[in-house]
Amino acid sequence: MVEWTEQERSIITNIFANLDYEDVGSKALSRCLIVYPWTQRYFASFGNLYNADAIKTNPNIAAHGTKVLHGLDRAVKNMDNIKATYAELSVLHSEKLHVDPDNFKLLADCLTIVIAAKMGSAFSPDVQATFQKFLAVVVSALGRQYH
Amino acid sequence: MLSKKEKKLIREIWERLSPVAEDIGADALLSRGSAHLSSHGKKIVLAIAEGAKDISQLTVTLAPLQTLHAYQLRIDPTNFKLLSHCMLVTLACYLGEGFTPEAHAAMDKFLSAFAAVLAEKYR
Repeated sequence: MVEWTEQERSIITNIFANLDYEDVGSKALSRCLIVYPWTQRYFASFGNLYNADAIKTNPNIAAHGTKVLHGLDRAVKNMDNIKATYAELSVLHSEKLHVDPDNFKLLADCLTIVIAAKMGSAFSPDVQATFQKFLAVVVSALGRQYH
Repeated sequence: MLSKKEKKLIREIWERLSPVAEDIGADALLSRGSAHLSSHGKKIVLAIAEGAKDISQLTVTLAPLQTLHAYQLRIDPTNFKLLSHCMLVTLACYLGEGFTPEAHAAMDKFLSAFAAVLAEKYR
């Protein structure tokens, strides 16, 4: 089981308490599609993804990014049982969406970069380590039900 | 691999950041959990900045460092990925909104190429 110190819990809750979900969610997902263009394969029905500007202004991508970020709320509220929290979503991503689980890490890295850009010097090595630990647990949980 | 536009972006970013190379290097390495590496971080960042000046000549510029890493340091290449990631995070912290997705993509490509060249003499 994953152990969390009081400091780690407070770092995570603080980050999410001060989060602009629409802004960060859309930025993280669009960044992922731009920096790792092969991830666009999962969004064929989302409209114009022809270039970086199109991706950045695509309303479907923005909405979906927000949705994904809100999905992380579940983990924040259940830090002691993230694996069970995402069991259903893991099955969805595997059986229905057919997302290669390597892509979860790519989106996690993009989210880290967006948060770093927002927080600047406040995104210290300790904060980064905690945030990455949190995302690693989420990524692992999402890949758990793949066979 | 890297377009003209991307090479220019990379050159400009590193030119802008060379004066604070020491801080960036220290930050990037600290993020890896190491402590006494502030001057070492500066060395690494300056080598990267040097490589950014003429990306098409990376193999020439890095030849001595290739030998050092292959025969003496033998740093596990996984660590290049970890440091590259921390470098990207540090750049995001310094540049904020200025670290656009385009700049991020170009920088990620550059750092991957840099790491690949550095590991070329491993085998």
